[in-house]
Amino acid sequence: MAYVALADQGQKLSHPHSFFTKYIYSQDHKVIAIQYGLVAISVGLVALVLSGIMRLQLGFPDTFSFINPDQYLQFVTLHGMIMVIYLLTALFLGGFGNYLIPLMVGARDMVFPYMNMLSFWVYLVSVIILMTSFFVPGGPTGAGWTLYPPQAIMQGTPGVDWGIVLMLVSLAVFIIAFTMGGLNYVTTVLQARTNGMTLMRMPLSVWGIFTATVLGLLAFPALLVSAIMMLLDRLLGTSFFMPAIVSMGEQTSYDGGSPILFQHLFWFFGHPEVYIVALPAFGIVSDLLSTHARKNIFGYRMMVWAIVAIGGLSFIVWAHHMYVSGMNPYFGFFFATTTLIIAVPTAIKVYNWVLTLWRGNIHFTVPMMFAIAFIFTFTHGGLTGIFLGNVVVDLPLSDTYFVIAHFHMVMGVSPILVVFGAIYHWFPKMTGKMFNNRLGYIHFWGTFLGTYAIYLPMHYLGFLGVPRRYFAYEGIEFIPESAQTLNAGITVAALFVAAMQIIFLINIVWSLFKGKPSGGNPWNATSLEWQTPETPPVHGNWGPKLPQVYRWAYDYSVPGASRDFIPQDQPPDGPGDGDGPDIEPKDEDVTMSAS
Amino acid sequence: MTAILLFIVIAVVGSYWWLWRHRITEKPWATVGVTVDHEDSSRFLPPGKIGLLFFLAVVTSLFALFVSAYFIRMGLADWIPQKEPGLLWFNTFMLVLGSVAIQWASYSADHNDPKTTRYALLATGLFTGAFIVGQLWAWQGLVDQGLYMYSNPSLAFFYLFTGVHGLHIIGGLWVWCRTTLHAWSGAQMFEIRLSVELCKTYWHYLLLIWIGIFGLLLST
Repeated sequence: MAYVALADQGQKLSHPHSFFTKYIYSQDHKVIAIQYGLVAISVGLVALVLSGIMRLQLGFPDTFSFINPDQYLQFVTLHGMIMVIYLLTALFLGGFGNYLIPLMVGARDMVFPYMNMLSFWVYLVSVIILMTSFFVPGGPTGAGWTLYPPQAIMQGTPGVDWGIVLMLVSLAVFIIAFTMGGLNYVTTVLQARTNGMTLMRMPLSVWGIFTATVLGLLAFPALLVSAIMMLLDRLLGTSFFMPAIVSMGEQTSYDGGSPILFQHLFWFFGHPEVYIVALPAFGIVSDLLSTHARKNIFGYRMMVWAIVAIGGLSFIVWAHHMYVSGMNPYFGFFFATTTLIIAVPTAIKVYNWVLTLWRGNIHFTVPMMFAIAFIFTFTHGGLTGIFLGNVVVDLPLSDTYFVIAHFHMVMGVSPILVVFGAIYHWFPKMTGKMFNNRLGYIHFWGTFLGTYAIYLPMHYLGFLGVPRRYFAYEGIEFIPESAQTLNAGITVAALFVAAMQIIFLINIVWSLFKGKPSGGNPWNATSLEWQTPETPPVHGNWGPKLPQVYRWAYDYSVPGASRDFIPQDQPPDGPGDGDGPDIEPKDEDVTMSAS
Repeated sequence: MTAILLFIVIAVVGSYWWLWRHRITEKPWATVGVTVDHEDSSRFLPPGKIGLLFFLAVVTSLFALFVSAYFIRMGLADWIPQKEPGLLWFNTFMLVLGSVAIQWASYSADHNDPKTTRYALLATGLFTGAFIVGQLWAWQGLVDQGLYMYSNPSLAFFYLFTGVHGLHIIGGLWVWCRTTLHAWSGAQMFEIRLSVELCKTYWHYLLLIWIGIFGLLLST
């Protein structure tokens, strides 16, 4: 009874009356989700433009006078940081987490709606602080997204006066925002599930977002600690990370600090961060594949166990980012081993996705195309990860374009494909309108083939030894002329992919106004968010009565059922139910749900 | 990184154990029908308690990371051990009294005694405020001796630990402030019982963290 009251916290919901409280200063999880999504995508577009400028320089050096070496480094840094933190983390957890969790577990809202709203506004502040760094003297920091000391705060690195300070402050503010949101997501999943929604009946999207949030809550403090200590080194002259060092011919006041300490702290956050982005993508892609293949997800339990196993293991692999830091070889051996072990649950997931498709009734809808494409790009990026996880292979490839290609495939392209798939999948629920299919397919093929045209050749550049983060490669003997031709080709592909995203934006805006009405459940999906009484769902989500859940989220093509899907809230032996083993409700249970 | 790894191992093993207890081995495709989590008593807890539990995990992670950084930095060549100001003993005593007072407030709220609850809450604020003032005083004492954050690495960590812990206390005082104002404006006990209890947990936990930090500083 108590938890029914928790899920059904009607008395706690704030009921907005004006436009301002309904759409701007809103405590509704759906509005907050869309606010998070819009800000994340906007700032992501800035990062996309930055990467375009970088590619122009690399593809056609000495052509564009408006790009100088300092700016190049600044664009590299901001591109990386924005994409990883301010776009992907914010979009998956703040955006999809906010939208999907209450709808998928059958709650009316997050359990702390006010804190949820605060989370968005604080996130917006962190984005504004970061964007401000473009307009301060010296511009944003050019330290690389990893912000390694000592160079990050030494004269000679762009943005050393203001840029690095704003970057660190912005990160600290972002972490505060994330913590407020994260406490909400975790508590809502644990406390506000509707009647019958046991943990093992939750869709894998919720499992992925939930586990990623727990990882974030435990790992982001490491970034906060490194940001605080580096700020103190920069502003108050402490020597946490700064060794004795001569700068511009003069001995600095720093003494005795350890740059390696920063690397440990940074990657203690940085590696779980990969999974903070990947686990929600894993979860969402599982749901997309199952829904559009009209087949239950293969090995649901294994999928859940793999998510939580990856979550735990992700904390003991961080030093594989530091093989070139001069660590003890036994240390390297340990981290290489754990890195290979984490490939096992990850591989289980990939096999299960493929086996879900096997003999499924595959509908090649736009979201499904993105989901299938994800299997390709993720497998590709995962395999190169096994190369780099081994110390002896990593050493020669470290800081080359092979690494760039690897992590863009595995945590750039793959999650972004899932983001697009998810937006196309849930757009009808969010807006009540269907998107334009033709534009969707053009966007898909352009993005999928285009990103391959960008990153496949980069592996080859990496084998040649072309180093990352260089402004220009003139006069480097071991790099052949042909590498430049390849670079020009990559740039053309990158600009093409960027242009493709305009089609996506046009599709979204056009469909919002002119799209055909979608109805409540256009994909014939089983999970709860598709069963809301109204589409788009109104404030409070469920009308007068919360849904009662009777089954898991993957009853597709059940033998003997009249339809090829059975919604989670459909009682046993209801219309269209199959011949699965049913459990009769006991008297006490009925009393419980009725009260 | 031993301190943080130890915490992560405890957190991960604890989570796995919890999941195991909550039927993560169940075959959901085979159980159609009404089920109620009878054994899942945690779902009957107020969300505030679960939210606080996770927040304390975040706080623990933060301090475990600072402590890990402390140990690594301490192993480097230029480390000079620093004597802690004697005033910290007095401050610790104040924080202990704060914890006792909030325990008293929570006990009184549970036993529907509004008057005692109000005064106990007030006492909590006074003792905790005294702790904060005492900490600032200790800082002032060091500054008077010309010992700044940049003077040497152990001092840097001293300011860092006390500063971060102090900020957490101040955050707690903000919640305390709201609860106390509520209590003094004539709220019924059932309205503030949960807030007082959450404050109690937070106070005890931050006391524990302080004792850990203080012990660490004294012993190194």
